[in-house]
Amino acid sequence: MAEVATADVSHDDHHHEHEQTFWSKYVFSTDHKIIGFQYLFTGIAMAIIGGYFAYVFRMQLAFPGSSVPFFGIVSPSAYNSLVTNHGTIMIFWVAMPVLIAAMGNFLIPLMIGCDDMVFPRVNRLSYQIFLLSAIVLIASFFVPGGGFGGAWTAYPPLSALAKYNATPFGAPMWLIAVALEIVAFLLGGINFITTAMNARAKGMRMYDIPIVVWMIVIASMLFMASVGPLVAGAVMLLFDQTLGTTFFDASAGGDPVLWQHLFWFFGHPEVYVVLLPAMGIVAEVMCTFARKKLFGYKLILYATVGLGILSFFVWAHHQFISGVDPRAAYLFTTTTLLISIPVAIMLFAYIATLYGGSIQFTTAMLFALSFLAEFLIGGVTGIWLGSSGTDIYLHDTYFVLAHFHYTFFPIAIIGTFTAIYYWYPKMFGRMMNETWGKIHFWGTIIAFNGIFLPLFFLGAAGQHRRIYNYQNFPDLAGDNMQDLRVFATISLVIMLLFQIPFVINFIVSLKRGKKAGKNPWKANTLEWVAPSPPPHGNFPDGMPEVYRGPYEFAHPDREDDYWPQNEPGNQKPANK
Amino acid sequence: MAHQIIATSRSATGIPTGRLAVWWVVASEIFIFGGLIAAYLLNRFLHGSWAQEAAVTNTFIGGINTFWLLTSSWFVVIAHHYSEQRDAKKTRQFLWLTILLGGFFMGFKFVEYYKEISHGMTLFTNNFWSFYYTATGLHGFHVLCGMVIMAIIAEGDIKNERNWHRVENIGIYWHFVDIVWIFLFPLLYIAK
Amino acid sequence: MAGNSLKKYNRIYVALLILFIVSVLGPEIADIFGMEGLSRMALILPTAFGIAIVKAYMVAAHFMHLKTEKIYAPYILLVSLALMVVFFFGVKIDIMASEGHNWEKPYKEPTESSASHHGDHSESHDDDH
Repeated sequence: MAEVATADVSHDDHHHEHEQTFWSKYVFSTDHKIIGFQYLFTGIAMAIIGGYFAYVFRMQLAFPGSSVPFFGIVSPSAYNSLVTNHGTIMIFWVAMPVLIAAMGNFLIPLMIGCDDMVFPRVNRLSYQIFLLSAIVLIASFFVPGGGFGGAWTAYPPLSALAKYNATPFGAPMWLIAVALEIVAFLLGGINFITTAMNARAKGMRMYDIPIVVWMIVIASMLFMASVGPLVAGAVMLLFDQTLGTTFFDASAGGDPVLWQHLFWFFGHPEVYVVLLPAMGIVAEVMCTFARKKLFGYKLILYATVGLGILSFFVWAHHQFISGVDPRAAYLFTTTTLLISIPVAIMLFAYIATLYGGSIQFTTAMLFALSFLAEFLIGGVTGIWLGSSGTDIYLHDTYFVLAHFHYTFFPIAIIGTFTAIYYWYPKMFGRMMNETWGKIHFWGTIIAFNGIFLPLFFLGAAGQHRRIYNYQNFPDLAGDNMQDLRVFATISLVIMLLFQIPFVINFIVSLKRGKKAGKNPWKANTLEWVAPSPPPHGNFPDGMPEVYRGPYEFAHPDREDDYWPQNEPGNQKPANK
Repeated sequence: MAHQIIATSRSATGIPTGRLAVWWVVASEIFIFGGLIAAYLLNRFLHGSWAQEAAVTNTFIGGINTFWLLTSSWFVVIAHHYSEQRDAKKTRQFLWLTILLGGFFMGFKFVEYYKEISHGMTLFTNNFWSFYYTATGLHGFHVLCGMVIMAIIAEGDIKNERNWHRVENIGIYWHFVDIVWIFLFPLLYIAK
Repeated sequence: MAGNSLKKYNRIYVALLILFIVSVLGPEIADIFGMEGLSRMALILPTAFGIAIVKAYMVAAHFMHLKTEKIYAPYILLVSLALMVVFFFGVKIDIMASEGHNWEKPYKEPTESSASHHGDHSESHDDDH
């Protein structure tokens, strides 16, 4: 807030390219695109760590006790630490930075037609705090006692007392890292919201804003609104861990269930915080490659707002077996089932967008389509978990695990790949190789289903989460079940190997890819008006003005099948 | 600042960008303090004995501190008034008066903490005192941050007669901190 | 115009001070008249929390200028408050119990005598009244 510059006059020299050193251009830059890349690459680096963790503990589950290549023997405490930090990293240090921070930073100013975020230095500060949080988290793996192993939900008393979790340094460091990360995204989120509210291009009305910007902004609002109680809870838990207070200690009058409420009041909206940007990205890609107007722009928008509001009324469905009052469980079951309605509206609107379109199966489009299919599986399996009756059986089994991976994988991984394949030309000015992209796509999607479909069956058969070695449990050690585990693990290794073509494609295309030009996909939104890659200040030919909605494809009044938002036209068709 | 950014000068909502961001900061603070106060209230309702603990808190010092904060809110709104008239001298004067009262608040807070700790009521005595120190500590931290930012604005901006709107922005934050205290005061001191 | 807004601020400040004094006097009066239980609650709740809400409203409306601010800002703040109320009552139906069908919390409320474990510092009680 201390960032506001006084200018109410726009200076002409604002897209002046200064002589910049490497440090001032790439490390301490206040340019929103560079900060977006910093978030993107930090997120990808953390994704590699999180994926490596997944590989190690899946190998332990498939071949218990044997030495894992590139790791060694997995001890029980190392196993706990690996699963905990896999979850934490994938949500807080991969999904959040890539989908909200990287995409928000890169897309919002470009799509609403302005030259930067409204608070560029706050933006840089938010990345620096985020980077610090990642460093604290990684450092926590190397302190005595190892990284925190009390699950990403950090329920006390396991998380509160070192005598239970045996990680006297790992647990507080984990909590501090999460708190820093939250601070970073609060700063970033306020910046996104303010930018989208105030800095829109001339002529851009509320319903001319591309849906992905809406989604990122609504997600930032949800994040801000849900995370506050967790900040308070994190302070309390940190005092419990380090100072010896008893906020969450039942024997001294505290209440461990209170932490669960503080956590899940954040934790459930958080699902929608990462879902919405991915939904928005998919909507952009689908409109462009189906060459059709988004079906029901306002309907999707209102459904999103409804989803956001409802998401604050469902959190206790994570606590059906935590001693929640059955009458409350009834209430939360109802709201949980209700929340599938807005999501279903959105998915149907997307399918209706595809209907009758001239669909181009680019890699980005393939990923977008697979998002719908995979997320549908994740959503439908959630019905069983949202009903308090069936949840009592399925709670904490691999069914839950498979369910939320079928939601988070499409969100965090498929959503990210959709965005990267679609906006890569804009980010780096060159096209990615489509053939290798498609190889990457099919390898990833088939292997992904190979990992998590078996886990549904394992979960329904009663296999619990967070168990180090199933051979110790005769009911779960049968050959059939072990075969499924081995199958899932091999699928995981295959999926990880299929990321190599992506990385090579990404790096090689930086130098060798076909020049993209301004608008390779013939899309309408404002970021395609800027040169690729956009220079500092984004729009060297003057700030664009907006004359129509973002999805005017195949308009009858026009010969081209697309009509960019900034091209003056005879009329201004209202975006109904 | 290398150069001026167009985005900052735009205002599609009609609210200046800085003030709009402060409103969102205040909203996020409502959630942080709201979560803490909700947790405290739930415990308070559950534990009847906390009323006796609340009777131990020093209503006199709490009351004086309320007075400091109310008065400082008044001063900062006067500073805002003079900043709109571009009167640098009086704006700075009232900003520093606000900081002074914030300092009084912190001073009395420390005296109060000292008395309580020397009487054996520490962060660890029981959960009431844990909540007491966490809530007042978090609030005190916000007061301290507000004082520092206000000093920077007074000496960095107003002295050089620029960024006048920052006076209003810090004022909004300061009033919010005051409002939090308005609720903490009855919660921790009066209700017993 | 300018003088008017200063006068308005002064009036609000005086009103805040009066309300503040009333809120502090509430429990003192209850003590003087030896009110206990319900009548004490009936006095303290409005004087403490009713006045706190009025004071917060006055600061927000006049000092923060919410009355004249664009409609976005009050909506942002009201929605925030409403969500905290949702949080409070959502949690309340769950954790406001010390025992259930098959469980009870191990913690027992200290009784009147054991609660004053700072009894040897009774002078601190005297400071307050």
